[in-house]
Amino acid sequence: MCRLAMKTANKPFSPFTVLTAMEAMQEGYDGSGLGLLLRGLEFTDYKYNAADPILSGIAHTEEALARVDTMMTEYGFALKYDHEFEVDMSKVEAKDRFKYMLRVYKQPKAWSSLSQEEVEREYMMTRLALRADGEAHNADLTAFSLWPDVAMIKEVGWPLGVGEALGLESGRIKSRVCMAQGRQNTNWGINLYACHPFFIEGVATMTNGENTAFLPIKDWLSGKGFPGYIGYQSDSEVFAHTLHYVTKQLKLPLQAYKHVITPLKNSELANHPQGEFLRGLRDVCRRLIIDGPNAIIGTLADETTILAMDAKKLRPATVGGKPGEWAIASEMCGVDAMIPDRDRSKDFQPMREHTIIIPPDRQEIEIWSQFDQFPQTQAA
Amino acid sequence: MVSIRSISSDPGSLSPNDLPWIIEHREDRCTLCGKCAAVCPVNTLKLTYMRKRMPKIVLSSSERGSSYKTFVGIRQNTDVGRRCIGCGTCAMVCPNEAIHPTHNKTDRYKFQNTKNGQAPTRGGRRNEPGPTLLDKISFNRISMLTDPALDAGRHEFTMNTLLGRVLPPEEFIRRQSTGEWIPPVREIFPFIIGSMSFGALSPNMWLGLLQGVAYCNEVLGIPVVMATGEGGCPPWVLRSPFLKYIMLQIASGYFGWDEIIRAIPDMQCNPAAIEIKYGQGAKPGDGGLLMWYKVSKLIARLRGVPEGVDLPSPPVHQTLYSIEESVMKMIQTMSMAFDFKVPVYPKISGSNSAKSVLNNLVRNPYASALMIDGIDGGTGAAYNVSMDATGHPIASNLRECYLDLCAQGKQNEIPLFAAGGVGKNGNVTQNGLALIMLGASGVHMGKYIMQAAAGCLGNEQNRCNVCNLGICPKGITSQNPKIYRRLDPDRVAERVAETFMSIQTEMKKVMAPLGRSQSLPIGMSDALGIGDKDAAERLNIRYVC
Repeated sequence: MCRLAMKTANKPFSPFTVLTAMEAMQEGYDGSGLGLLLRGLEFTDYKYNAADPILSGIAHTEEALARVDTMMTEYGFALKYDHEFEVDMSKVEAKDRFKYMLRVYKQPKAWSSLSQEEVEREYMMTRLALRADGEAHNADLTAFSLWPDVAMIKEVGWPLGVGEALGLESGRIKSRVCMAQGRQNTNWGINLYACHPFFIEGVATMTNGENTAFLPIKDWLSGKGFPGYIGYQSDSEVFAHTLHYVTKQLKLPLQAYKHVITPLKNSELANHPQGEFLRGLRDVCRRLIIDGPNAIIGTLADETTILAMDAKKLRPATVGGKPGEWAIASEMCGVDAMIPDRDRSKDFQPMREHTIIIPPDRQEIEIWSQFDQFPQTQAA
Repeated sequence: MVSIRSISSDPGSLSPNDLPWIIEHREDRCTLCGKCAAVCPVNTLKLTYMRKRMPKIVLSSSERGSSYKTFVGIRQNTDVGRRCIGCGTCAMVCPNEAIHPTHNKTDRYKFQNTKNGQAPTRGGRRNEPGPTLLDKISFNRISMLTDPALDAGRHEFTMNTLLGRVLPPEEFIRRQSTGEWIPPVREIFPFIIGSMSFGALSPNMWLGLLQGVAYCNEVLGIPVVMATGEGGCPPWVLRSPFLKYIMLQIASGYFGWDEIIRAIPDMQCNPAAIEIKYGQGAKPGDGGLLMWYKVSKLIARLRGVPEGVDLPSPPVHQTLYSIEESVMKMIQTMSMAFDFKVPVYPKISGSNSAKSVLNNLVRNPYASALMIDGIDGGTGAAYNVSMDATGHPIASNLRECYLDLCAQGKQNEIPLFAAGGVGKNGNVTQNGLALIMLGASGVHMGKYIMQAAAGCLGNEQNRCNVCNLGICPKGITSQNPKIYRRLDPDRVAERVAETFMSIQTEMKKVMAPLGRSQSLPIGMSDALGIGDKDAAERLNIRYVC
């Protein structure tokens, strides 16, 4: 089983804080991997401009790294900063790690005339091209994300060990948001792309628990023909793509996510102020209904964080913190490790109908219930 | 050469041992009550006096060597038209278990069943014994090993399906904001009582089914619907609130539609759906057939025809020039007749060409679903050759269509319904869920409901199967009040309710270990396995052994 930890704070902090939470929750996982997503980055060695895209991934060979350079240059990206991890390879299980990439680029000049949406699509297409290139060369290149102000690290091994191997405790990288998940996909087979969190066009999620409705959801998303809806080395990747679909394709408010993945029952919709709309939404998005025991933690490009559970709350999670600093973890001890000096009596474990939303200002958490009014004017 | 007459045999003559069913009678248990002969639907039984010699050894030459005993025995008629059909009604009424039919696997009857040049016909089923492909599919992806298990007895399960055109989400949101038409969608139980016409079924059977369906909906909360088949619907039902549980069928004979059109202004509610029948799995290429025996006064009135005439529907709709324009015209016409508030969908027979119909529907904004009926489907009357050898098994046909929809990303838009052999060997829930996980949104079942709810005697060894002749020994498919009064509609209704309650429980028992409870596992083919490599490859599921 996986353990999840996420911290969001106005003041950037080291990802090692979140790794200590993973260590606190160690009873629950098999130490098979670590995935990290950082947003709101700060480097001690470099003054980073948050509008510049960052490429995260692994070049497994020197040749792969050279191809990355060539491709990025051809796309018109200019390298501004190449973060050198202080890697201790003796602590990494895998042997084919030539370079952990965390590179800041300057956006291609040719894109300056594109709309925001078009630029976002270009970032995704570039990432997909890098990924495809790696797949075409015996998986010698792994590209996790290419996005402004987002860095991702994924590796096989014990989370704290991976953190130490990459020198994360030195505090050279800090971020305002850090998501961590501690397990490789041992259900299916080890694959770096199968490691949470999953990322697509600024949207990221991580989940614990099995996704039993995976295949129908995957089939439906794949059928949409959207180039980013690929991969699915893990059954949990669909949670990220569904969040992307709801917020970026359907352009519905964040609250709609919960209504799509775990819709209300007929009897509940009958008493809901927008029951008719929500029932229609349930029908049209029926293939996206999730069914596993899952806690889903997601973050958006504006540093908003959400937490939602499956419809039976088979996997709980806790949110706790104080104004300016919040933590979510699948176990309470994880929250304790991330923010020990909080008022624990205000910790909250959302019920099956809740979505926890931590807005970018991080002053207070919003506990939004599916039974509440849906914030959509057209739905009224 | 002139044939000898001393042996009473002509090419067509049969002895009781040549018949598919041989009656075994035990004289020592028989009370001579005569019930068996009275109840036999084909009058094959005759109690007759017989004489047998009782030889004895006599020493005196003045006495005769033997005496004779007279007894009452059973004579079995060997005429083709009156052979024993194996229904076993005699055994059912016998007070002493003195009589029953036994199956004869080496019969010669099949070679003689063409008297007067009539090709053999029957009602019922395909007569292919043994496990079906659906029976062989198992559910292998047990999620309780990796995650907390669901509890079939205590957790809540959502098992309903949708019948109706479902818009792509983007289009739904657009139309919702502009107030445009959103196609009607019904939320129904995925096991549907398949189309059996009022005409094929007796009034008591029909009433019993409807009562049972209403009970399921209104008391048990299981939204079961039933399809009428061709031939309309009793006028009182059309004007009743129960119409919402009924899917009205329009087929190539358009029987019963005068009555339906006349009733539209008085309808209290809309029907569940309109099914346009283009084909039937049991007899592709044939229209419906109601033989004259069953065209009673009531049926004649409903269908607008004289009494006692054969009612063969044409093989295709009169409007059919090409499938494209026919489907478009009929679907649009029927939608309009019900104010665009009722889902309208075609039913076709399983066929290699099913995909071309499907792709047509995908592009028709009014098409609500596609129902595919496989070769194992039942019928009230058909030629043997049609039933036995014409058509397409449902599993691969459905799977192909579903995967085709997936490739287009349309699998949620046009729900597929499957039929043809669901519950053929009694495994109704397993068969139905296997089809659902292969991609069906729901399944229709006809024969199973007749067997489960009304005690239909038919089986795959050609037992009974005389639905076409109006002599159904149970009163299920007869229009003769002397016969159908045997069937108590209340008891049928009770059995309908029991059947659906049991299906619902079994569905939970399958879905819980798979970790599914929030939605029907449509297309969850990763849960399926089969111990047949070729079938696994064809259906794109896991081979297990």
